[in-house]
Amino acid sequence: MEAAISVRSLTKVYSAGASAVRALDGVDLDVKSGEIVLLMGPSGSGKTTLLSIMGCILQASSGSVRVRGREVVGLTEKALPAIRLDHIGFIFQGFNLFPTLTAGENVEVALDLKGVRGKEARRRAASLLEQVGLAEKYGSFPADLSGGQKQRIAIARALAGEPDIILADEPTAALDSHSGRLIMEILRDLAHGQGRAVVIVTHDNRILDYADHKAYIEDGKLAAPVDPENRKPEEVMAASMPLSLLSAGDRTRPVA
Amino acid sequence: MASLARRNLFHDRVRLAVTLTGIVFAVVLITVQLGLFLGFAMTASNIIDNSGADLWVAARGNRNFDQGAPFSERKLYQVRGAGGVAWAEKYIVQFARLKRSDGGEEGVGIIGFNPETGIGGPWHLTAGKVSDLKAADTIIIDEIYREKLGITSLGQAVEINNHRARVVGFTRNVRSFTTNPRVFTSFKNAQNYARLSEDQTNYILVKSAAGLDPLVLKQALASRLEDVEVYTNSEFARKTQVYWLFSTGAGVGILVAALMGLIVGVVVVAQTIYATTIDHIREFGTLKAMGASNAYIYRVIIKQAIISAAIGYALGMGVSLVVVRMSSNGGASVQMPWQMAVMMLGLTLSMCMGASMISVNKVTRIDPAMVFKG
Repeated sequence: MEAAISVRSLTKVYSAGASAVRALDGVDLDVKSGEIVLLMGPSGSGKTTLLSIMGCILQASSGSVRVRGREVVGLTEKALPAIRLDHIGFIFQGFNLFPTLTAGENVEVALDLKGVRGKEARRRAASLLEQVGLAEKYGSFPADLSGGQKQRIAIARALAGEPDIILADEPTAALDSHSGRLIMEILRDLAHGQGRAVVIVTHDNRILDYADHKAYIEDGKLAAPVDPENRKPEEVMAASMPLSLLSAGDRTRPVA
Repeated sequence: MASLARRNLFHDRVRLAVTLTGIVFAVVLITVQLGLFLGFAMTASNIIDNSGADLWVAARGNRNFDQGAPFSERKLYQVRGAGGVAWAEKYIVQFARLKRSDGGEEGVGIIGFNPETGIGGPWHLTAGKVSDLKAADTIIIDEIYREKLGITSLGQAVEINNHRARVVGFTRNVRSFTTNPRVFTSFKNAQNYARLSEDQTNYILVKSAAGLDPLVLKQALASRLEDVEVYTNSEFARKTQVYWLFSTGAGVGILVAALMGLIVGVVVVAQTIYATTIDHIREFGTLKAMGASNAYIYRVIIKQAIISAAIGYALGMGVSLVVVRMSSNGGASVQMPWQMAVMMLGLTLSMCMGASMISVNKVTRIDPAMVFKG
């Protein structure tokens, strides 16, 4: 099966005057439709940079990123919004809802971007809110919703453009365990039930069981350690195994 | 869907109030200053505009209506003798001193005309008739200047250059551009008040015969008469307006004030719209991440500017209309024809949309990756 997103030899270098920081260094990764991939790693490891490049909101320094087979590295800034609009839905740690709009209107904004307006937009927004179990919150403002409800609204908004790829940045970090589980159930349904590719950046150990695959990034390099003692990946991470000690064959998520 | 622009704008009522205050301030300042400018221009040439004449014959070197030098009335007969003249009348415009009944003195502008024809005479009469000026020593003044001239009632007598003058009528809104109120009287009385010799006049007002182009008659008279200048009515009105508004600096001052209003308005509106944009910068970043084009976001910001402009314009014009109405009873006339109201709408929209360009520029530079930060 063709990967929804295919990353090859991806490098991102941030230049700051004379110095330069290599945020990503030769990353290879495939994400297929219908699977959930967790991107894990310590703070500053490059997870969010990788997510941003996969989401076409940050340009790579070199390498290749193919979204549904289309190469996006090197595309102009004007061409990237259309890729995002057609293929990608974002979910943010801070929800990023529009505080001046109701829950339904937040979803309608995303529909508006796709050219869906008026009664049809209201009907579809209501349907999307129903999918995340919040049909009755159509007219509620974000300030009046709980964190879990806000994130479900954000998911409904992300789904408005009917994306085949969902990119989520710490979607459960600001939520209690119950709300976090609810969000992950929805994301799992989006992947397994609806066949969308879901990539989640997370530090949240509670959601590891939802992953079909886990990828670990440290110092800008992808490395998913195999644990011979069958410890959980987070325990391996906690052990801070030097990545230099990992052989290429240790990677649990080989590229296709 | 409710407009994101409208919601962003109305979400912070305090900021909206500041934005609207800035726009209203600018609209009122510009409208009133331009209205004052227009009022001054119309006042400066009001008698010319209401004279009914096609041509004005003035002494050579004439600079404006109020300062016409006297010349021999023999020119009148030369004008009447020319072909294509329907009628021609002598006309006096002279400065004089009016002594009030309480002993105080005021400068006045004497307007002497032929009350038999009424040409160049007063209009908007609220009391008395033009024909009342056929009687000796009679004058008509405007209601606005009654207090200034110490006139409490019809029939009251004052002195003009030591000659008796009895008030037989009042006009409404026949203002003077200068500080000297107009005093309408017969040509003969005016000669006495202005101390002009009997064979002198300041102007000759001419009407061309039916069907004859006044420009043709103007050229004919200019070639026939010596030591005088001949103007069409509109030429003389423009000449007088330009003199008073620009040679004296009065008009420049008003226009500078209007320009200041425009600048203040743009700065206030730009600052508040920019602050609103900065407040919502993360949301604009989210929109970009969701796939919104820059053009989509520009539309949101420009829509905010247009809504602000529309409300600010409506409020500003309301205040301006009150000022215009109040000015009708004051010494300075503020005019607001519908064309100016339409122009102000365009100016307000341009001002607000121009001010929003700073915000548009800011949004263009948003890094959508900011949405992942915190």
